[in-house]
Formats: sequence, C-alpha cells, structure tokens
Amino acid sequence: MMTTTARTHGQPQLRPPAWLRHSLVLARRSLVKTTRNPGPIVNGVVTPALFMVLFLYLFGGSVAGSTTDYLQYLFPGILVVGAGLAGMVSTGTNINLDLKNGVTDRFRSLPISRLAPLLGSVLADIVRYLLAVAILFGIGTALGFRLHGSLAAAFAAAGLAILFGFCLSWLTVFLAVLAKDPNAVLAFSFITFLPLQLGTSLAGPTDTLPGWLRAWAEINPVTHVIDACRALLNGTPVGGTLTTALVWCAVLFVVFCPLAVGTYSRRQ
Amino acid sequence: MDEYGFDAEGLAKRFDKTDALDGVTLAAPRGQVLGLLGPNGAGKTTMIRILATLLRPDGGRAAVAGFDVVRQPARVRQRIALSGQHTSVDEELTGLANLVMIGQLLDLPRRHATQRAATLLSRFGLEEAARRPVAGYSGGMRRRLDLAASLVGRPEVVFLDEPSAGLDPGKREELWQMIRGLRADGVTVLLTTQYLEEADALADTIAVIDHGRVIASGTPAELKRQVGGHTVTARLTDPADTDTAAAILTAVTDQVPERSTHHELVVSVAGDGEFFEIVDRLRRDAIGISELSLRLPSLDEVFHALTGAPRTPADDTSTKAA
Repeated sequence: MMTTTARTHGQPQLRPPAWLRHSLVLARRSLVKTTRNPGPIVNGVVTPALFMVLFLYLFGGSVAGSTTDYLQYLFPGILVVGAGLAGMVSTGTNINLDLKNGVTDRFRSLPISRLAPLLGSVLADIVRYLLAVAILFGIGTALGFRLHGSLAAAFAAAGLAILFGFCLSWLTVFLAVLAKDPNAVLAFSFITFLPLQLGTSLAGPTDTLPGWLRAWAEINPVTHVIDACRALLNGTPVGGTLTTALVWCAVLFVVFCPLAVGTYSRRQ
Repeated sequence: MDEYGFDAEGLAKRFDKTDALDGVTLAAPRGQVLGLLGPNGAGKTTMIRILATLLRPDGGRAAVAGFDVVRQPARVRQRIALSGQHTSVDEELTGLANLVMIGQLLDLPRRHATQRAATLLSRFGLEEAARRPVAGYSGGMRRRLDLAASLVGRPEVVFLDEPSAGLDPGKREELWQMIRGLRADGVTVLLTTQYLEEADALADTIAVIDHGRVIASGTPAELKRQVGGHTVTARLTDPADTDTAAAILTAVTDQVPERSTHHELVVSVAGDGEFFEIVDRLRRDAIGISELSLRLPSLDEVFHALTGAPRTPADDTSTKAA
C-alpha cells in the first residue's frame, strides 16, 4: 500500500497510465474502508483458520495417522482457500453497495476509466490476501507446520495463492455487478465458493472420493492450485500441476474480468 | 453550439414497455439555470442521466458544453458534475477523504486536492465535520458535502437531481443560496424538482415535463401568463362586511367568491378592468380593506392546469380566462 501510494503522488516523471493511477486511488479508498470496518477481513482469516483447526483434529488421525503429518498436507490448501476468501466478501459487497447507493453514479460521471472502480477494489484485495496469507502462516507455524521446500519455493507458493485469489476476485466482482443487493452477493458467493473450495483435494487426496465428486475435484482449478502450493511448500516435485494452475488463473481472469467490466459499464 | 451549456433535441429513451422520454427538446444558454419540473416518473432523472453520460438515449441527440453525450462522453465528463438524490458520497470515509479522493480521480496532485477540499469544506460550512466519517452527518450536511463533491473539478455544467428532496425548509433555503452562488460563478445548472416554488425561486427558464414530454416551457412569468387568469384576494378589516363585499364581487365578476379563513375573499377576474371596478365599489360602500391583491396564478395552478391533474373549479375558470 505504501509503495503504491508513493508512486501515485511522488514522482511525476514515472506516472503510471491514468486507468492504473485512478485504480490505485480507489484501491486506497477500499483499504481505508477495510481499516474502518475490518469485519470482512477478520472473517476471511478466521474462517480458514477454523477449518484448519477443525479438519486437523477431526481427520488428522484417520487420514494421515497423526495430526503432525496431516497438517503438512492440509495447510497449503487452507492457505489457498484463505487467500480466496479474504477478499471475496469485502470486494463483492462493497462494489454492490456502491452500485446501490449512488457512489457508482458519481464515479461514472467522472472522466475516469470504467475499469478503475473494479480494478481498484481487486488491487486492494491483493493487500488483504497478503495479510491473510501472513496471518495464516503464523497460525500454521504455531500449530506445528514446517517448511520442507526452499524459502524461494515458499514465496512462490504464497505468490501463487495470491495470484489465484486475484483472478478469482473477478468472478466475485462479476457476481457483484450482476446481483441486486449485497445479501444476494453473499448468497451467490457462498453457493459458488463452497463447492469450489471444498470439492477439492483440500482435506484429503481425491482418489478416495466417489466418482462424480472425484471428477469435479480433478477439474476444479482450486485443486490444481492447492496441489501446486502443497508441492512447493513440502519440497516435493511440482510436475504439471503448477502449469495447470497458472493456466486456470489466466482463464479465470480472461473470462471474468471483461464480463465484469462489461456488465458494470452497461448496468443502468 | 457553444453558446449552450447543454441542449437536447428529440431525446427518447424506452425502458421495457414505457417511454421514459418521448422526444424531449430543451436547451440552456451558458450560465443559466434551467428548472425541469415534473411529478415522480415524469422522466426528469432519465433526462439527467442521459446528459451526464450515464445512460445512452435511444433516439435524438444531446450536447453538453458543446460535446455530444454519445460520441464524446469523455469530453463531457471532464466538464460536468452530478449531484442529488441518486448520487452519493462514501459513508465510511470522512468528508475530507471523500473530496480528496475525487480531486485525485480528477488528476489533481494530492497537495492541490487537499487544498481544494479544504476550500470547499469551508465554503459549505463543513470544516468542523471534515475529519468525521460521513455516516454520522445529518441529511443537510450530507447534501452539502454531495454538492461540494460535485464542485471539486470546477465543472462548467452541473446537474442537480432533486437536490432539496428530504431537506427541511431552513436547509432548503441554504441550498438555494449555494445554487445561486453557482449561477453567479457562471456555471450552467440543470435542476430537477417537484417543488414549483423551487423552480420559481432558482430557474431562469422552466420546462414542465410529464410522461416523458415537455408540455410547457418558458420563464416563470411566461408560464404563468400562458395559463392566464388573474386572481383577486381581498381581506376585510371588519368580518361583518363579508356578505356585502361578497355581493359586490359577484356583481362585478358574475362568480361567487371563495371564502377562505381570516375573512378573505378570493375570486378570479377576466382582467385588471374588473379589479379596478371592484376597488371602486368597495370604496363607495366604505368597506374597510386590510389587504387587497391582484396576482397571476401560482406555479401550482399552472402545473395542475398543464398536466391535466384533477382540477379545482378555480383552475377551470383561470384556464377559460386565458
């Protein structure tokens, strides 16, 4: 946040293009709102942390034989889910609230890109994801999670979780500009996100799942991102999962970003 | 082109099956206030949203500050501001932060944006509340901040959508002063309102709109004249004279005067000739008068006559007199 604000106002010779400059101003607004009303971000950290503790002690013994081993398996998935959730609630409801109460009308009557209000919120999400990832790393470490890969690989895993969160945010944004009111956004998001987040290799390997669920879990982009993060954090071979994960990130972004901006521009 | 703050020709807009606008033509010379007057659902907000580039018209054309709203929306947005019932400021931010943010979105460097915000906050009497979140502002403060927010970029044309809706009368007067201030600064203003009094008090020209059509337009005085029909109101010093005075009014105008409270008699007259005759006869019979007036119909009466809303008999006679 610090570096972005400094870039916006500091060196005029290095001015970013207008759409990015305006997005950063609006990202800052979104973060100020988060500091005033931190509920959603607390939610975004507490929910995955709760999943982590529950799954750990519920399934640890049966799935992996011990909670220590299970934590090594479970934690990377919690990180990915956490990064996705931290922004979902605040970005979705805030954008929808803006549409409802007329703030959007003011933005649209200003000479700024139609992308800026949406991108601003998603850029602020990146900061929220970073925070969530850092806190979850702290909790995981306290519970006994240990890095087995290199430090660089750990950063790559965190980066992947955040990148995925950024790309998935556009789905949330799209839902937000479609929905009539903030409650509908929440309902929509939970219906979309629960199967997306839980129908994965999060809690256990997919090969024991019933056929239909296994088919879904193996297509599910979240599974690929979790598998790639798990490999990076545990120092095991990453293989093709990372590429699949990155391709999915690109697909989510390329599909939902234009859809969201288009719907937002047309909404009257 | 450029002598107009904004001008529209044959603007049309359909929502589902209703014509929100059905060929609206109106224009305001630069620096003037145009009052768009009409009931709820007449098309006022649609008109503003098209001119502010938030909505695309289905037909017709419109230009703001000389730029076409469909083909050059970016140019238009650099010169306009929007404020009123459907726009808003951010509740969670402070008043100051709201204005600084808008300044930055208009590419003012942060320092200038802060200065501009401080100037506007003091001009609108919001200095003390500047660092408090807007959520704690009163309705009047919020409306003032909203207007301040629209002036950050020194717009040439300002659209005010029912700016005084929900304000109590004292705050409304305050807002009117600010709108007069805009006009004094050479800003062109489009003001929508349901208050006839408001249009009369602020507008150089009034356009009356109903069911998406302009049904009358002109200066407030022209509109009143268009409907015509003067009214005489006489208040008597001694209530005991009421019957005698009523008989005189009936004799002159062939109508039975309305008796309102406070011993007032109200009757419509065909012209000032009848008025002078009434004055003569009252004097001859030595009837004491504490108040006597000859006036054009109020905008309320004009509006009801034009929109065909349920009329009182008095409205009927005033229409006939025209």
